[in-house]
Amino acid sequence: MSRFARSPRAVAWAGVVVGVCAALVALPPIEVRSPIAPIVIGGVAVALGVGSWLRVERRIGGYAAAAGLIGLLIGYFATRSSVGKLEVVVAWGALFAAMLRWATPLVFASLGGLFSERSGVVNIGLEGMMLTGAFFTIWGADVTGTWILGLAIGIGAGGLMGLLHAFFSVSLRADQIVGGTAINFLALGVTSYLYIKLYGQQGTPTDVSTIPDVSLRFLRHIPGVGGFLDDVFGQVDLMIWVAIVLVFVVWIVVFKTPIGLRIRACGEHPRAADTVGISVYAVRYGAVTLSGMLAAAGGAYLSIGFGNSFGENMSAGRGFIALAALIFGNWRPFGAAAACLLFGFSSALGVNLQAYSLSISTLFTALPYVLTLVAVAGIIGRTRPPAAVGKPYVKQ
Amino acid sequence: MSDSAEQLPDEPSGAPEAPTLLERYRVLQKAEGLVAPVITVLLAFLISGVVVLLTTGNLGDTLKTYRAIFNGTGLNWFFHVGNHDIGVPFSHSRVWFPWETNDFSSQAASNLEQTLLLWTALVLTGLAVAFAFRCGLFNIGGQGQYLAGSIAAVLIATELPRAVDLPGVLLILVTVLGGMLAGAALAGIAGILKGTVGAHEVISTIMLNWIVIWVGSYFFDIGGPFQTNAPGAESVPSSADIPDKAKLSVFWGDPLLQGLHIGLFVALAAVVIYSLTLNRTTLGYEVRAVGHSPEAARYGGISVARNYFLAMAIAGLFAGLAGALDILGWEFRLDKTQLTSSSIGFIGIAVALLGRNRAVGVALAALLFAALQTGTASRNLSTEAFPPGLGSPLAVIIQGLVVLFVGADVIVLLALGRLRRTRARRAAL
Repeated sequence: MSRFARSPRAVAWAGVVVGVCAALVALPPIEVRSPIAPIVIGGVAVALGVGSWLRVERRIGGYAAAAGLIGLLIGYFATRSSVGKLEVVVAWGALFAAMLRWATPLVFASLGGLFSERSGVVNIGLEGMMLTGAFFTIWGADVTGTWILGLAIGIGAGGLMGLLHAFFSVSLRADQIVGGTAINFLALGVTSYLYIKLYGQQGTPTDVSTIPDVSLRFLRHIPGVGGFLDDVFGQVDLMIWVAIVLVFVVWIVVFKTPIGLRIRACGEHPRAADTVGISVYAVRYGAVTLSGMLAAAGGAYLSIGFGNSFGENMSAGRGFIALAALIFGNWRPFGAAAACLLFGFSSALGVNLQAYSLSISTLFTALPYVLTLVAVAGIIGRTRPPAAVGKPYVKQ
Repeated sequence: MSDSAEQLPDEPSGAPEAPTLLERYRVLQKAEGLVAPVITVLLAFLISGVVVLLTTGNLGDTLKTYRAIFNGTGLNWFFHVGNHDIGVPFSHSRVWFPWETNDFSSQAASNLEQTLLLWTALVLTGLAVAFAFRCGLFNIGGQGQYLAGSIAAVLIATELPRAVDLPGVLLILVTVLGGMLAGAALAGIAGILKGTVGAHEVISTIMLNWIVIWVGSYFFDIGGPFQTNAPGAESVPSSADIPDKAKLSVFWGDPLLQGLHIGLFVALAAVVIYSLTLNRTTLGYEVRAVGHSPEAARYGGISVARNYFLAMAIAGLFAGLAGALDILGWEFRLDKTQLTSSSIGFIGIAVALLGRNRAVGVALAALLFAALQTGTASRNLSTEAFPPGLGSPLAVIIQGLVVLFVGADVIVLLALGRLRRTRARRAAL
C-alpha cells in the first residue's frame, strides 16, 4: 500500500477512477439524491490529480483532475434532475451501444491517420477520404448489388485519394497541409457532383444492400451482466467488430512487426531509415494510401453500415474529430481508440441530453474539440507527434 | 509552403548564359510574377472542363457551360459600359461608376453585386490566411475567426441597443470593432499556444473552428440564450435580426435583396493596410523575418513567440472584420445551419495560396473565386447545356484543383522546364 501511494502514476489513475465514481454515484442504478456525495468524491479525485500533477505525473494527473471536475459537474447536475428523465438519458446499455456506433467511423479514420502520420505525412485530408468512402461505397453497393463489392469500391476510391495525397506530398514534396486541404475540397466537390448527377432529387435508393449486423443473442443468458451485454453487443453492425479487431491488429503491426518499425522510422528520422536501406518514399506511399483506405472504410460505415443513405458532406467534420482523437491518443492505436470511445460517448450522451434541452445538447458537441485543444496546449501533459511529421523527405 | 515564394528578396540572379524557362520563371517569381498562379488556374479549369465534357457529352455544350458561368459572374456587365450616360468632364469618354448608373436590376448587375459582395468577404478571409502565412503559420482557422466575427457582430448589434441608445454610426463602429476583436481573440489563442508550448497552429485552429461552430449553434439554437424572441419563431434556430440603424448603407442595388454595401471599400482599404503593415512597418518586418527563419529572427533579437501571437491576432482581425461586415451588410442575422454550412473562411485558404500571400494577388484571387461562386450558382446555368444543380459542386472541384496545384506549382514549372530542355536536346540532335 505504501509503495502504491508513493507512485504518482498509480495515485493519478486512482484519481481517474474516483472521478468517474463521482458521476456514477448520482446516476442510475445507484442514484444518490444528495449533491454532497458527488461534490465530495469529485473533490477527492481533483485532489489526487493535483497531488500527482505536482509530483511530475502531469498527463495522468491532469486526466484525474479533469475526470474529477467533470464527474463532479455531471454528478451535481444529475442530483438536481428528476429521476424519470435521468433514467431516460442514462440508459447504460443504449448509451454504450450508441457510443460504439459513434466511435466506429472515428476509429477507422484515426487508425488510418495513425499510419500516415507515423510514416511522417500529415493527413488533414482524412475528412475528404472518409467522404469519398461514404459515397463510393453506397454507389458501388447500388451498382453491383452487394455490400461487399460496394465496400471494396469505396475502400479503393479512398485509397486513390490517399495515393493522390501521397503523390503530391511525397513525390512532388508539396506542403502536406495544403495537399490535405485540397483533398478535402476535391472530395466534397466530386462526391456532391456525382451524387447530384447520379441520384438527383430522389437520393440514394432505400433498398441498397447494407453491411449486415452480427447477432450474438446468446449474450443475454450470461447471468448478471447479460442484459447489459445484450443491449450493447447483441445486435451490432459487422463494421463495429471489424473496428475493434483492427485496433489490436494495428497495434501489433505498428509496434511488433518489422513493417511497423520501418513506418515509425520514416516518421521519426527518415534520413536514418534511408541509410539502413528502407525506401522512405515506398513506405510513405504505402502508409498514406492505407490511411485513405481505412478512412474510406469509416466513411462506408456512415453510408451503408449505420444507415442506408448518402447526403452531401455527410462526414460533417468526423474526419477532423478522428484527427483530434489521434492526437489526443498520442499517436498510439489504443490511445486513439480510447479517445474515439470518449468522443463517441460524449456524442451519444449529447444526443440523449436533448431530453433536457436542445441547445445544451448542441453545446455538448463542442466537447471533443475542447478536450483536444486542452491536450495540445500541454496543460495536461504534452502530446508528442512523430519527429519528422510534415517534413518532405529529399533523397540524397 | 513552397519556400521560393516566401523568400525575402536576395541577390539578383543575373544569369549570363541564355536563361531556361525555369530560370526565367524564377526571375518572374521574384518580381511577384503571375506565371505560376495563371498556369495553376488554367490547369484547374482544364481538368474541370474534362469533368464538364464527360457530363454534357460534347464540346459545344462544354463551351456553352463555361460561357454561362462567365456570364453568370456578372463580369459581362462591364461590356455594357457604353450604355451609361456619365461622361468624363472635358472629354468624350464615358465612365461607369456603378452607383451612378441606372442599372440596378439587370441580371448582369445583380450578378456583379453578388460577386463583389462575396469578394468583400473572401478578400478579407484570404488576407487573414495570408498574413499568418507571412509569419510562417498556416491559419486553417479563418473559418472560425470569420464566424466568431459574425457571432460577435450579431450579439453586439442586437443586444447593445437594449442597454444604451447609440446613434447608428457609433453602433456600427462598435459592432465592427467587436467582430474584429472576437476574431483576433480566437486566432490569438492559437498564436499564444504556438509561441509558448509549441502546439501546432493547424491542429489548434481546426479545433477552434469547431468550437466556435458549436458554441455559436448553441447560442442561436432552440432554447439557446440568444435565440430570436420574435413572436411565432420559437422553433426557429436563429438569432434576432439586427436593428435597421446598424445595417450598412447599400450604394448599388436593392438594399433588401443583397445589394452592394459600403463594406466593399473597407475591404479595399484592408488590402492597402495589409500591404503597408507588412512592407512598411517594424511589425511587418519582424513578422516576415520570423516567417523567413524563426531561428535567424531569434538570433537577431526578435521575439518569435510575440510575433506568432501578433501575426495570428492580426489575421483574426481581418477574418473577424469579414464576419462583421457580412452580418451588417447583407445577412442581418445568423442561423444554426449557416454556421455549419458556411465555407468563406475555407475558401480564404485557396485565395491566399493562389494569391501567393501578396496584397494584389489575394485581391485578384478573391475576385476569381468570388466570380466562380456566383457564376456557378444554379440560377445562372442554363438547363439544356448543363444541369444547374451541378454548378456549386463544380466550383468546389475547381477550388480543390487550384489548391492541389498551388501546393506543387514550383514542381509543375520544374517539370515544364525539364520538358523544354528535353525538347531542346532533341532538337539539337
